[in-house]
Amino acid sequence: MEERVTNVLLSGVGGQGTILASDILCSVFHEMGYDVKKSEVHGMAQRGGDVTTHFRFGKKVYSPLIKYGEVDYLVSMELLEGLRYINWLKREGKVLLNLQEIFPPAVNLGKMKYPEDIVSQFKKYFNGRVYPIQGLNLAIQCGDPRAANIVILGAFSTFFEFPEEVWERNLLSHLPPKIHELNLKAFRAGRGAMS
Amino acid sequence: MEKILQGNYAIARGAWEAGVRVACAYPGTPSSEILTALSQEYKEDVLTEWSPNEKVALEVAIGASFAGARAMASMKHVGLNVASDPFMTVSYTGVKGGLVVVVADDPSSHSSQNEQDSRHWARFGKVPMLEPSDSQECKEFTKLAFELSEEFDTPVLVRTETRVAHSFSPVKLGERKESHTPLGLDKKDAPKYTMVPIYVRVRRKIVEERMKKLEEFTNEFKYNTVEMNDPRIGVITSGVCYNYTKEVFPEYSYLKLGMIWPLPKKLISEFSRKVKKIIIVEQLDPFLETEIRAMGIKIFHGKDVIPNHYELSPEIVERALKGKKYKPPKIRVHTEGLPPRPPNLCSGCSHRALFYAIKRLGLFTFGDIGCYTLATAPPLNAIHSTICMGAGVGGAFGAMKVLGKEGLGKCCAVIGDSTFLHAGIPPLMDIVYNKGNSTTIILDNQTTGMTGLQEHPGTGYTVTGDPTHRINFEELARALGVKHIRKVDPYNLKETMEVIKEEVERDEPSVIITVNSPCMLHRREKRKFEHPFYKVLTEKCRGCGLCLEAGCPAISWREVTEEESLTQDGHKRKGVVQINRLQCPGCGLCSQICKFEAIVPGEA
Repeated sequence: MEERVTNVLLSGVGGQGTILASDILCSVFHEMGYDVKKSEVHGMAQRGGDVTTHFRFGKKVYSPLIKYGEVDYLVSMELLEGLRYINWLKREGKVLLNLQEIFPPAVNLGKMKYPEDIVSQFKKYFNGRVYPIQGLNLAIQCGDPRAANIVILGAFSTFFEFPEEVWERNLLSHLPPKIHELNLKAFRAGRGAMS
Repeated sequence: MEKILQGNYAIARGAWEAGVRVACAYPGTPSSEILTALSQEYKEDVLTEWSPNEKVALEVAIGASFAGARAMASMKHVGLNVASDPFMTVSYTGVKGGLVVVVADDPSSHSSQNEQDSRHWARFGKVPMLEPSDSQECKEFTKLAFELSEEFDTPVLVRTETRVAHSFSPVKLGERKESHTPLGLDKKDAPKYTMVPIYVRVRRKIVEERMKKLEEFTNEFKYNTVEMNDPRIGVITSGVCYNYTKEVFPEYSYLKLGMIWPLPKKLISEFSRKVKKIIIVEQLDPFLETEIRAMGIKIFHGKDVIPNHYELSPEIVERALKGKKYKPPKIRVHTEGLPPRPPNLCSGCSHRALFYAIKRLGLFTFGDIGCYTLATAPPLNAIHSTICMGAGVGGAFGAMKVLGKEGLGKCCAVIGDSTFLHAGIPPLMDIVYNKGNSTTIILDNQTTGMTGLQEHPGTGYTVTGDPTHRINFEELARALGVKHIRKVDPYNLKETMEVIKEEVERDEPSVIITVNSPCMLHRREKRKFEHPFYKVLTEKCRGCGLCLEAGCPAISWREVTEEESLTQDGHKRKGVVQINRLQCPGCGLCSQICKFEAIVPGEA
């Protein structure tokens, strides 16, 4: 195993399932033999505020927080919440973007504009390493818009050569049985979107 | 076996492995999950309770300890303020069964009304304090805390903070071992357990002797660890700060303190002689630094460069210690100009409806602690002040004392159901007793919302989901002597405004209780709205923006093009509002606000 610690920053809006996705990541990488640490802020996050989770894996992880500017993978469940962390990426970092827009209060009130061309802003700096995914649409096709987080997780899983079985088993162990089928579909749709 | 655990779950696991029998808490971020974990995963072995407040939680734990059981009370930093009265004195009595108090700090105040540094309680109360740095240590230190408590006859503090309590990392699991302390109350031992002056003076000396013994112990404590690397720089640190610093400066030497009170002075002196320069990295106050400076040790860097406010991070530590040599990462986009995304009341939340009524009435609102503090944000801007649990009720009374009759019709107190039971009863008693005239509005959403939906004495269920007596707010207020008690359905805007107006103008104490207004995230209780959602009749919408003043996340504004610049009946408009059907639960508040009948029920 390489010494280096890999940094994944997940961002989104409260209620999008960012934290669940990062829980599953933790279990998968731990099962694959890595030391892992994950940090998130609870409390007010479920009230529609921005949510970020720092997930780190490697031989030995000290800090639960990623150092600013050291993100290897930025995984965003929402476009604006992706753009908010663009400066956190390393030069060679990769960006996975759910092409979903959720308006924050200032935009709803007509006081500020939702930024345009977020994907191209990323492409300007990370050309060839930006992966836009129709997470919401794919989740709706699978049967429930709430599974968009799992679509994105499926897409993210393709960056690593772990057995698909490990991903799917850990995914299901975090979910109640009645939504297993839906989430497996969503996970596979996410993987499919990357191929 | 190894398992990934959140810091709070690891504390619960450690307590369980240590044989804890009684665990009490009042929810508070970032500490709440400790009791959740114990009540869900270890309920066969541990008696758990959500107490009405932290003071009660600690008192129940103290009683359990005196009866020989290992007991724990867990709380957030400001919770220990509430529990400080029993805390300061149980330090004198000591314990019978091991007694552990977990206190979780919240640097940067992610979800708190202040960012106080709880380490001062250890020094103030003369109680040992352990500080874990990750989940494994959360488990180990909690176990150890019970052992130390019995060995040294003292309560023991375990201090975490957001990035320890809410971080996840692997934990090696162990088995449960029951404590050897026999259960049962000791035969009358007043000098130990009864803190009247004559015995206080006896125990006072014992406390000092205990702290001396603990200081000897901590010099050899296995979790005060020295890592010798580059002898030029030695860092003294603890908890998560160790992880941040180690991340950026792995080459430095370290003294990592697992026990931060009392300090291992001998060990610190030895370490300072082994390295050329001492740097102290700690979050919030210069707690270690003040003590270590007082030992006469020269400090190269401490709070001269490390900020004394907000939480630290690897980047902040690096920038502070590298000074001018620090190179910040490249700025690609000036993200500070992006639209912010502050937390907001959920769509359909009954608090929005209630605060919209208050906003329209233009009242000064003495707020309290809970989701409803979010009503302070624009566009609602409906809270005048927020101090701590229960402070709104007394605050409004205090203001009315000064304003006299002039104040009638101008202010009110607003407090949640859980918060009212926590600390709102004594001030309401005060209003009646001292002939006040202020109005207290109890927002009963039938749960402790902001901390993640915990039960309380007003929900009718215990932490384990057992049905129990449910406090009736109306009866309670009546028993305190309140004569004017009104119930309102906050989703009925007109009626709510009328009732509030009448009561705030009344020259007598009054209480308004919201009914049929459960939290939108409630798992058991659901408000049944008449319609599945509402929609905007675009042809009628004049774009006045009045509905936007409620700040509902489901309603947004868009500018219109030239073709759309007139309403059906010929009124000029710059834009229209739209309702996101996926987000709208159909509460209907916006439809009551709209003056042009442009918002109507949708059909499923």
